[in-house]
Amino acid sequence: MTTLEVQDVHVYYGRVHALRQLSFTVEEGEIVCLLGNNGAGKSTTMNLLSGLVRPKSGSVRWNGMDLATEKPWNIVSSGLIHVPEGRRIFSTMTVHENLLLGGYTVRDNRAVDERIEQVYDLMPRLAERRRQQGGTLSGGEQQMVAIGRAIVGGPKLLLLDEPSMGLAPLVVKQVMEIIAAINAQGTTVLLVEQNARAALKIAHRAYVVETGRTTLSGPASELARDARVVEAYLGA
Amino acid sequence: MQLIWNGLIVGSFYALVALGYSMVYGIIKLLNFAHGDIYMLGAFVGFFTLSAFGISNETSIPLLLVILLLSMVTTGLIGVGIERIAYRPLRKSPRLAVLITAIGVSFTLEYGVRQIFGPNPEAFPIRLESAGFDIAGVRVTASQIVLVVIAAALMLVLAHIVERTRQGRAMRAIALDPQGAQLMGVNVNRVIAIVFFIGSSLAGAAGVMAGAYYGSIDFLMGFIIGLKAFTAAVIGGIGNLYGAMLGGLLLGLLESFGAAWFGGEWRDVFAFAFLILFLTFKPTGLLGARVVERM
Repeated sequence: MTTLEVQDVHVYYGRVHALRQLSFTVEEGEIVCLLGNNGAGKSTTMNLLSGLVRPKSGSVRWNGMDLATEKPWNIVSSGLIHVPEGRRIFSTMTVHENLLLGGYTVRDNRAVDERIEQVYDLMPRLAERRRQQGGTLSGGEQQMVAIGRAIVGGPKLLLLDEPSMGLAPLVVKQVMEIIAAINAQGTTVLLVEQNARAALKIAHRAYVVETGRTTLSGPASELARDARVVEAYLGA
Repeated sequence: MQLIWNGLIVGSFYALVALGYSMVYGIIKLLNFAHGDIYMLGAFVGFFTLSAFGISNETSIPLLLVILLLSMVTTGLIGVGIERIAYRPLRKSPRLAVLITAIGVSFTLEYGVRQIFGPNPEAFPIRLESAGFDIAGVRVTASQIVLVVIAAALMLVLAHIVERTRQGRAMRAIALDPQGAQLMGVNVNRVIAIVFFIGSSLAGAAGVMAGAYYGSIDFLMGFIIGLKAFTAAVIGGIGNLYGAMLGGLLLGLLESFGAAWFGGEWRDVFAFAFLILFLTFKPTGLLGARVVERM
């Protein structure tokens, strides 16, 4: 079942035409990956979905909700949760407080506490550092906090923007495993990555985004062998 | 010792006003120059209500508490209204535009009150009895203690809200990263309104307390205290709540000693000289230290 549908979307930043007739879909239960270079429009797409950026035309629908006009906080409480590029940890707040904030829209305190415990089970490193300020963690740990925070919000669709950015290869592998584990528990994932190699390993389908539109799409395993993708994004 | 006690009383008024200043700055990076006038409004709401009931020269402390609560709610709502009408439409404008708007709001409040109540000082209908007792050579009145206790209690409640509650966490999150907070599902408009409510009600409380303490109120009484509260917020580290409390108390003490040593007419000079010193040598204030961030 199609859960997210982006159709013919145009986004402008002033005079810059950032998204040009972008279209793609995400099915329930999938991991879908958007590949593309810097400035291709990947982060703009993410911000579009979480209501931080508004389209000039086109439609963005998720589970019957019109994301083009809905307030960001209503989008979050409906279960579409965005882990932004650069992690955006609240640096002077503790790990635990960051996770609590992830549950801001969840009215049931007990559910928040249970999910935080799940996060600590999934990422024991965070449990050790629960009283530490977010800004003092390593990049990989910050990424885990960012993902953990989203889990506490009870995501149905998780948007991840460049989760591997600035991380050592071994840590990238850990983060990708965590993402796959979250997906295995039933959360749909939309992943934006420059690290195509790591992303295509866990994704089911992928789109290639170039200058604000999707140019290629298909099952991740096929794209990983496609000559154009190999040359442009996998460095041969 | 007497100087310390007097300084603490005045300092706790400064601290209450500085808290609102600092909270608003922390969350939307606006120096709300109308904040001192909210303090003035607090005093006038108290004056208006008491006069409407024909009360004057009252010394009852329970009555003071009732009026305090009423003024806090009223000024809190006024603060929310000001944010909604004057500041929210400018949320995405250059900061200078909002700053100028704040000065406009300040004049509107001052001269609005002047139109209604007239330019002359009014006697505040509740006054504090001057009968007191000596503790270790310090002249202390029961009502002074009440004022200090109220101020301390308000600050404790505030600290609890900001440190321990869901909305308090949201406030701190917005202060650090407004867009990041939106991605957590924080309704930024609502939280900013709450901050204006709390900040304005604290200023209103200080206004009522100052009315009772000094005995007279006028439409410009918020001007100087607005600047003083700004000074206190800077001394403590603007955007930092404990800094605002500390800065307020410290400024009260500095003034108290400065006035005693150099004469009362030097009090304001003394206070603002400290503002300049801090802005020059330690613009982050006493508690404005930053954490080192790793990427």
